[in-house]
Amino acid sequence: MGHIQSLSRRAFLFGSAAVAGGIAFGSYGPAEAAASAGDNPLLAGLGPNSVAFNPWVEISPDKITLIAQHADIGQGVGSVQPIMIAEEMDLDPGQFEIRFAGPSPAYFNTGFADEFAPFVAADQSPAAEEARAAVLESLRKSGLQMTGGSSTIPDTYEKLRVAGAVARETLKAAAAKRSGVAVADLRTQSGHVILPDGKKIAYVALAADAAKIPPVLDAKPRDPSQWRMLGKPMTRLDVRAKVMGELKFGIDMKMDGMLYASVKLNPNKGQPLKSYDASKARVMPGVKKILEIKNGVAVIATNSWYAIKAADAVTCEWAPSAYPAEQADHWKVLESSFTPEFLGKEWRKIGDVEAGLKTGTRLEAEYRAPYVAHQPLEPLNGIGLVTDKGMEIWVGHQSPQFVQDVAATAIGLKPEQVTFHNQWTGGSFGHRLEYENVRVLAEIANQMRGTPIKLVFSREEDFLQDIPRQIAIARHRGSVDKGKIVAADLQLASTAPLKGLLERSGIPSKDPDGQLAAGLWNVYYDIPNFRGTSYEAQGLSPCTTWRSVGASTSGFFTESFIDELIHAAGLDPMKARIEMCTVPTYRKVLETVAEMSDWKGPLGNGRGRGVAFVEAFGTPTAEVVEVTKTDRGIRIDKVWVAVDVGKVVDPVNFENQVQGGVVWGLGHAINCELTYAKGAVQQTNYNHHEAMRIYQCPVIEVRGLENDPKVRGVGEPPVPPAAPALANAIFAATGQRIREMPFNKFIDFV
Amino acid sequence: MIELTVNGVKRQVDVVPEMPLLWVLRDELGITSPKYGCGVAQCGACTVQIDGMAVRSCQAHIGEVAGKSVVTLEGLGNKDQHPVLQAWIEHQVPQCGYCQTGQIMQAISLLDLISQPTDEDINEVMSGNLCRCGTYPRIRTAIHAAAAKKLAEK
Repeated sequence: MGHIQSLSRRAFLFGSAAVAGGIAFGSYGPAEAAASAGDNPLLAGLGPNSVAFNPWVEISPDKITLIAQHADIGQGVGSVQPIMIAEEMDLDPGQFEIRFAGPSPAYFNTGFADEFAPFVAADQSPAAEEARAAVLESLRKSGLQMTGGSSTIPDTYEKLRVAGAVARETLKAAAAKRSGVAVADLRTQSGHVILPDGKKIAYVALAADAAKIPPVLDAKPRDPSQWRMLGKPMTRLDVRAKVMGELKFGIDMKMDGMLYASVKLNPNKGQPLKSYDASKARVMPGVKKILEIKNGVAVIATNSWYAIKAADAVTCEWAPSAYPAEQADHWKVLESSFTPEFLGKEWRKIGDVEAGLKTGTRLEAEYRAPYVAHQPLEPLNGIGLVTDKGMEIWVGHQSPQFVQDVAATAIGLKPEQVTFHNQWTGGSFGHRLEYENVRVLAEIANQMRGTPIKLVFSREEDFLQDIPRQIAIARHRGSVDKGKIVAADLQLASTAPLKGLLERSGIPSKDPDGQLAAGLWNVYYDIPNFRGTSYEAQGLSPCTTWRSVGASTSGFFTESFIDELIHAAGLDPMKARIEMCTVPTYRKVLETVAEMSDWKGPLGNGRGRGVAFVEAFGTPTAEVVEVTKTDRGIRIDKVWVAVDVGKVVDPVNFENQVQGGVVWGLGHAINCELTYAKGAVQQTNYNHHEAMRIYQCPVIEVRGLENDPKVRGVGEPPVPPAAPALANAIFAATGQRIREMPFNKFIDFV
Repeated sequence: MIELTVNGVKRQVDVVPEMPLLWVLRDELGITSPKYGCGVAQCGACTVQIDGMAVRSCQAHIGEVAGKSVVTLEGLGNKDQHPVLQAWIEHQVPQCGYCQTGQIMQAISLLDLISQPTDEDINEVMSGNLCRCGTYPRIRTAIHAAAAKKLAEK
């Protein structure tokens, strides 16, 4: 694996190495990125009389193309990223095409710097900022291009607007040269430079001239007060094509001479095939070929359905799992992981926790969160073509460079021999950061050289191969005295999701998994004695990042236990959180959700409200859930959400993302778990892992705040508070405290 | 050869009669708005109309569809004026969008059945259509908006 050797592993798992010496690096800003023409991947494919000012803007005599550098996994990248450029270039929707970026270090993700620096998000002290700058420098050196961690807006907010401004000012300079009019007398509108006499020159007509002059690198993006599109309700560029059924997802792509493939893979994740019998499959209709691959069998056929049916008819003998075959044993391993041997890290320590725990009334509680699946609705797929030159792969993926590495390694190529074409995806939630379809497709296409192969996983196979969200147990202790929380000792044992993903990406690490600190150490309540500790269970199922990652489990544990302490102290859950909150902007988030929900204490009559507050990926989110106890079970009536992202760049999509995050958080907390039996997960379709359907979906009211000094992401942060707010509401309505997901094991829902 | 009408055009396909309509549409005829999501009628992403009825095309064997008329989202008439499509665009329902063609085909069928549905009606008829992105609040709003549009047009 080649791409990321220069990246300090530690930078990923909290950049302790990079920052140990407190080295301050000059920041590598968007202007520098725009300037370094040698690093601009667009130049290689540029046609005659065309210009690419930077890695995001390409103008040829017939069209303008804007590059979306991140993967579109439903979060709106394919719309908001080009619009950030178009805003600065004075382009209107319809005047440009959009293309997904190919792999290039020019698209390194600056947005991870905060998450990987060893400071909580609310800490914006000089030391913290210096550490983040150091992590940023190590990210730049690595050239890591990845979509995830709610980073697409934080990563691109500055650099895409600068890229657009550079394009605009360079086009004006070219027009000035051609017309003899001073730049100061030129303006831009709707894809044209406008001369003082009203004469217009189209950008496309300036491409050849603009290519001959140096780009204007000191161009400044406009003040938000001048925005035409950003910050205002706008129509996502992809909405119409999606509604009209015209948008082609990866699974909809077709090539001449293409054959279809499906697979049966060892459900004992990571283990090989021992033997198989395909005699039945071989004679089924449409079947062209049966191929043995490393961890299973592939069927090549003339139609996806023929391939899926035949793959299902193959019988296989599998190598057994390296993790416990039965679910009960997974829990046993977790239960025995709270020992020094498995210590991940004591992430934060304030005061004297042991002494604090001896003061006043003491509480102890154990919480649990199961494995869950990602299962975006578009199953894993991809098209691959291997020739003597290398491999071309068409697949929707969040890590282009790792796709090259994984495919190349699977079939003995060099990464640069793999050409990657990113695709529109039908969701991800973390699934398209993993590689099972990529590796398998490379193996199949390599055995079918010269023929394009379209691989589609059956839903069942997708479930069986889905590397789940971490499983975790929390053992929290705390004490309250005289109406105050005196101590909180938060401990959890969990599998390590980010470390697992990085290991499969070719960057193994022995450092503690920073995602196990998320929701555990970034607790912003004034608790005089506080400790947050993670233990990393060994030998369990591989795990990976699932929408909101560590905070999806820790947020539930922490905010439920804080609620228990608040109740034990005889306080109101909302008022107590507001009073204890140590960060003014975060307190405002809580106050906002209190105001939105008109929080006035207990509701009575079988109704109850719960509140939860979690900061995840730097974004503080507070949610109130209201439930009613009916004779058919708990009904979720309404949810109020307040989120501070510093700047709401796309208000309609913002609301949609937040609502979706709440639905995701609630649905899985209520209904979902994956359990292992004989080494394979027992849930293989949506009827076993239902999450939320429309009949359970409450009204969700959303408000975005802009008080944070930094621009933050919103794809994941609304997820973690949903489960604890619901559990806290159920407690308020019924007196029953649910400490384990999924909740439907303990209480019925309407 | 099995013959059927798809979006008003007579088509012939040479596949086994057990093949689900979904895979005939997608892989044989290149009609991709019906999506493969689950294969077992749990998600609704493959919803199309057969002789005017909303059907999960993953469950309809092509042999049984022979001679019938299939309409997919591609074949809806007057798409730019269609009240359901317009409401879906106006209220920006899609996120990833993968389930939305199925949601729309189901919503059209709902409004054919009940012209002014309540939230309860929507919950009942739309609960077979899964959306992993969580666009349900917008689906509700768009269906009410489409119902109002249809009423205004009468």
